[in-house]
Amino acid sequence: MTASWNRIPRVEHAAEVPLARRGRALPETPRPLLAHGLGRSYGDVCLNPGASLLHTSGLDRFIAFDPATGILRAEAGLSLDALLRFAIPRGWFPPVVPGTRCVTLGGAVANDVHGKNHHQAGSFGDHVLGLTLRRSDGQVLEVTPEERPGWFAATVGGLGLTGLIETVTLQLAPVRSAWMHAWSQRFTSLDEFWDLNTRSERDWPYTVAWIDCLNPGRDGRVGRGIYSAARHANLARHSATWREPRRSIPLDPPLSLVNRLTLRAFNHLYYRQPVHATPRAIHHQPWLFPLDAIRHWNRIYGHKGFYQYQCVLPPADAKEGVQTLLDTIAASGQGSFLAVLKTFGTRPAPGMLSFPRPGATLALDFPEKGRATERLFARLDAIVQECGGALYPAKDARMPAPMFRTGFPRWEAFADYVDPEFSSGFWRRVTA
Amino acid sequence: MTPRKNPLQRIVLFGATSAIASAVARELATPDTQLFCVARDGTALQALLDDLRVRADDTDGTRIQGTTADLADIDAHAAVWQQAQQALGEVDAVLLAWGTLPDQAACDASVEATLDAIHVNGTSAIALLARIAPDFERQGRGVIAAIGSVAGDRGRQSNYAYGTAKGMLATYLQGLRNRLFFHGVDVVTLKPGFVRTPMTAGFNRAGALWAEPEAVASGIVKAMQRGREVAYLPWIWRIIMTVIRLLPEYLFKRLKL
Repeated sequence: MTASWNRIPRVEHAAEVPLARRGRALPETPRPLLAHGLGRSYGDVCLNPGASLLHTSGLDRFIAFDPATGILRAEAGLSLDALLRFAIPRGWFPPVVPGTRCVTLGGAVANDVHGKNHHQAGSFGDHVLGLTLRRSDGQVLEVTPEERPGWFAATVGGLGLTGLIETVTLQLAPVRSAWMHAWSQRFTSLDEFWDLNTRSERDWPYTVAWIDCLNPGRDGRVGRGIYSAARHANLARHSATWREPRRSIPLDPPLSLVNRLTLRAFNHLYYRQPVHATPRAIHHQPWLFPLDAIRHWNRIYGHKGFYQYQCVLPPADAKEGVQTLLDTIAASGQGSFLAVLKTFGTRPAPGMLSFPRPGATLALDFPEKGRATERLFARLDAIVQECGGALYPAKDARMPAPMFRTGFPRWEAFADYVDPEFSSGFWRRVTA
Repeated sequence: MTPRKNPLQRIVLFGATSAIASAVARELATPDTQLFCVARDGTALQALLDDLRVRADDTDGTRIQGTTADLADIDAHAAVWQQAQQALGEVDAVLLAWGTLPDQAACDASVEATLDAIHVNGTSAIALLARIAPDFERQGRGVIAAIGSVAGDRGRQSNYAYGTAKGMLATYLQGLRNRLFFHGVDVVTLKPGFVRTPMTAGFNRAGALWAEPEAVASGIVKAMQRGREVAYLPWIWRIIMTVIRLLPEYLFKRLKL
């Protein structure tokens, strides 16, 4: 049974077909269809209950690479992991990476993913030069922002609904090595965070903050944390060698290991970790992909799974909104050990359904606790909507349909581009 | 650790677009290697060559080459082998990797289907081995590897046409290994277990015994470098098949395997 990363919802598919070659007709399986890459999204954007999943991880061939310009064309099932291993020794790096390298190019396009460098680099779709889109009527569209701007804006961030993305052409960014220069600093309140962030964003392409969402800071309110910033190291070669740690959560614990007790302890310890106020060299993997070091980390929540709640709040209400969200979460006692806060840049996103937009984005994980979790989400939804914000479809298993429609006002124009034989659990849920 | 005695720098892959051979090709595609890939489907071959050329920094397409051929057609072998030799000069290694997974029920219903399955998976491979062996004998070095199967170790009702072909191939490789040993050539019999490839897409492939093509491929490359005689991939299959071979026939015939 194929599930998404948070293991909610649990659904059955009528057929699951591995795609092995590009340029072939779509398989004759029960309609509607949906492409599924590495299953790292949370919720049901990558699921198609009762219908067909097309597994794309076998569509992972390189097609062309120009080492002079850094322009790469590859099949859409190529993982960022494979891309990184190829590109770094040749002096190139994906211009935008999400928090895991276990995603496919197609998934990165379909969710228009963002990274810790959004304030400077924009989202993944900003660097896509073109893509091939196979439609169920047999058409194969070569889509570029110039030639087919409508198709491009629909397919970037289009949740895989406009057809099968077969190939992606991507502009890579030059780097000198696999290493980064990074510093980190504790902040005792959100006010301090905003100060730090404003001061750091201009000079540091990658920035992110971890928030302790259980223990109050110096001002008596929740909002203390650790701010980190980094840039690619300007060294041709770094002397230190790096060995990737290979840890794994081997099996499902009978109960979620994430509970009030472990969370409070974890947050205390995490906040007390050594910080390095002066920049030091660190390999890009632990900095950009800390959780990739622990295989199957999603198992710590046990069989029942968990939710991720990621919202964006527009600039005007971001400061107050984030504080209110954190206060509400702290009061509920259902803290998250992965609370991540980051500000987006002002560049307009390339996709009609793109999530990134000017403002601040807060991401939190919550163990599945039934009614209590639902009630908390309803309160958080109200705050997000009050601020005029939105939730991230790639991380969502439960947002109410009206919330999607107000958060993504171009959804109706987008719907014209949806392939009549493609759909997903998410799409049916939010358009029903 | 056994030393890596066989350099793998000029390699011919027969059946190169199969999932396992493609994974081997990816592992071998570096700026120091020359590959010649033979496959039946021209579009699939081109996609593979493009991929390998990017991986091997072969921008002008001189080190990664290939041709289309239906290797079940024995008459085509001589020309293909000549083309490969011309492209690579001396050949360090060959890997025979084409095959099908025939439907045993269809074979049971048809003599032609049975013989066809044995031809594609067994006889045609033996024909190619017989053709290239004298060149390796003359050359006095190199490695010949072919993908057999654990299914060749014992006949089972669910796939004995396939098993017969792979068993026949394994016996031929055994004899060839013995013959070429005296000429400094290694002959490697590869016996993968269950691998998640398009060939096995119809099976329920959950469970610890199912391996990824990449893992099997890296085992193949190591076995070829070291000149291993028989490599079970992953190694656990050596133990499993030992047990299965030891079951007495009067008991084995009663099993529904």
